[in-house]
Amino acid sequence: MTMPPIPQQQAHPSGDNRFKLLDRTITKHQSRGDALIEVLHAAQGIFGYLENDLLLYVAHALKLPLSRVYGVATFYHFFALKPKGKHTFVLCMGTACYVKGATGIQQAVEHHCHIKFGETTPDDQVSLVSARCVGSCGLAPVAVVDNNVAAKLTPESAVARIEEWQKTKEEVPA
Amino acid sequence: MTVEDLKELAEQEQERQRQFTHRIFYCSAAGCASCGSSGVRNALLKALKERGIEKEVSAVGTGCMGLCGEGPLVRIAPDGTMYQHVDEAVAQKIVDRHILNGEKVSENLVDTSSPFFSSQFKIVLENCGSIDSENINEYIAAEGYASLAKVVTEMAPGEVIDEIRKSGLRGRGGAGYPTGLKWGIVRKAASEQKYVVCNADEGDPGAFMDRSVLEGDPHRVLEGMAIAGYSVGANQGYIYVRAEYPLAIERLRLAIKHAEKQGLLGNRIFESGFNFRIDLRIGAGAFVCGEETALIRSIEGKRGRPRPRPPYPAERGLWGSPTLINNVETFANIAPIIRRGSAWFAGIGTPKSAGTKVFALAGKIRNTGLIEVPMGIPLRRIIFDIGGGTPEGTEFKAAQTGGPSGGCIPTEHLDLPVDYESLTTVGSFMGSGGLIVMDSTSKMVEVAKYFMDFCVDESCGKCIPCRVGTVQLYNLLDKISRGEGTVDDLALLQELGTMVKETSLCGLGQGAPNPIFSTLRFFRQEYESLLRPVEGFVASPNAQKTTTNA
Repeated sequence: MTMPPIPQQQAHPSGDNRFKLLDRTITKHQSRGDALIEVLHAAQGIFGYLENDLLLYVAHALKLPLSRVYGVATFYHFFALKPKGKHTFVLCMGTACYVKGATGIQQAVEHHCHIKFGETTPDDQVSLVSARCVGSCGLAPVAVVDNNVAAKLTPESAVARIEEWQKTKEEVPA
Repeated sequence: MTVEDLKELAEQEQERQRQFTHRIFYCSAAGCASCGSSGVRNALLKALKERGIEKEVSAVGTGCMGLCGEGPLVRIAPDGTMYQHVDEAVAQKIVDRHILNGEKVSENLVDTSSPFFSSQFKIVLENCGSIDSENINEYIAAEGYASLAKVVTEMAPGEVIDEIRKSGLRGRGGAGYPTGLKWGIVRKAASEQKYVVCNADEGDPGAFMDRSVLEGDPHRVLEGMAIAGYSVGANQGYIYVRAEYPLAIERLRLAIKHAEKQGLLGNRIFESGFNFRIDLRIGAGAFVCGEETALIRSIEGKRGRPRPRPPYPAERGLWGSPTLINNVETFANIAPIIRRGSAWFAGIGTPKSAGTKVFALAGKIRNTGLIEVPMGIPLRRIIFDIGGGTPEGTEFKAAQTGGPSGGCIPTEHLDLPVDYESLTTVGSFMGSGGLIVMDSTSKMVEVAKYFMDFCVDESCGKCIPCRVGTVQLYNLLDKISRGEGTVDDLALLQELGTMVKETSLCGLGQGAPNPIFSTLRFFRQEYESLLRPVEGFVASPNAQKTTTNA
């Protein structure tokens, strides 16, 4: 039996190819422990969120104690340890948006979705996330709706955006 | 690349730009991008092509043009006409009417003679909105990298630091530490390895100055960092930028790549012995990482928790080596100072606060957007001349500066000159430059509660005054806002706030009670009106006098 060419790291036992992508980032940083945040960014980008197995994998690859990896992953708001919904509605709660009525939008959206910010609807369709400031203060109040900035929102227009998602979901036959 | 190569490149690019009869600049920064500037771009390109004038007229994506609330914005060179609310149809009109027939599209015209434009003074933002931020040649044509060339080939590191010291430049991150002094300390520190770090973790809610500079003119920051590296003896720089700014990250990556390709970063810059590399580090959403020792930890891949100073990062910073940390706007001021001389810069602003400051105007104000003004300008001029005042039917109540560590400035202090010292006298803080205007709909107790909620959430938990104190302060504010507080709670708020301010480890905790102090100072009656009446006690001293007399 011949060895496969240059197997620097063994393929992940699950056979999940996404780990190969992650390995590329780890190799780029020469498996250095100080690249932990960069690697977690890559991991979340590839897998969507950081589950425990993934944190174990990163800890092993960077030769760091799991406590350190878990500590960093939970310290920073950007890292999600739970899966997000299909759509995300990130409401900016920065000062400019606050002054221009983000709280009203927050209440309207929470009321419409029957969940609080920081939660995902039971059907995994919509995640409500609040952000500190997305830096589009000139257009306040704003939300980042599936990676697009929605400017000068009102409670009605915000709810309308979410209704759109829910409508498209109903149209797709299960 | 040599100095001659740089000059030649600049001339070539200037010649290329002269070939065009018109250049149409459309804002492609985050603000305008989120209201549809990519559609404007496509419409412009399509219209130019259809009319067969794509060789004579160019369409250029630029950084922020300032008037973010009226986007997407388009500006035409050479005549300087500016258009607002441009959509695809307007873009076509601009090509047909303005470019082909020389008649302005009056419906979307921006009055560029208004105080919003005429009262500004641009140094940091001089290229924002007039160069293609993704094209290094355009920056070079606008005298870019000429300062780096001058420094590396003609000046000794000590001379550069002297020049920065004489300019009077102070740190634009908020605290206002003299930049030249900081550079001098890092230079003097004895170490083989030193680092230069650019703090682009613009966490203050309501602030988007650094983002606009990074999106609109990234090379200016790289050049400033390289000059700093040469002066202090560092060969490696890091830019720590927020993950919330994807466009800024993308443009920085591109800028670093282009600068490396041209030999303006990397080894033997301008064929000297000076080597300098810059790498990006992406933050992950922790406000405390704007504090320099926490930022260093985060670059090292650890939890962003601050540590006591001294030793300051200038002596022991990244991986234990001397580290120079400056803010984006500070670095953006370096190249113009070298190019035009320290005396020129020192002549702008006030004697103690030289130069200009970029502010992000937002909230209840007519002209929201990005402005740059000389230091010492009265707040009233910023809000009422440049900002156009509050929208119709609303009345100005307070201006908030300095983010969660700052304060609210009421009407009676509107004539305050905006500089580091004056803002401190009214209990606020320059901060990084977010300026949020509030009207009568903003309830000050709620505002204080909003900021305290922010600090509770962002406290890293390392020191007890901040971790526990902010929660207790929040609970007190909550109690008062629900109408259950007493006069004792107000006293407790003051006392506990003072304790948190004086005993917290880093700027986050030390600044956290500031919004409470400033609202208590200027809007005390709003707190008092919410207090639960206690039998036999009257809150206001005047009222008390009348009762005793009676």
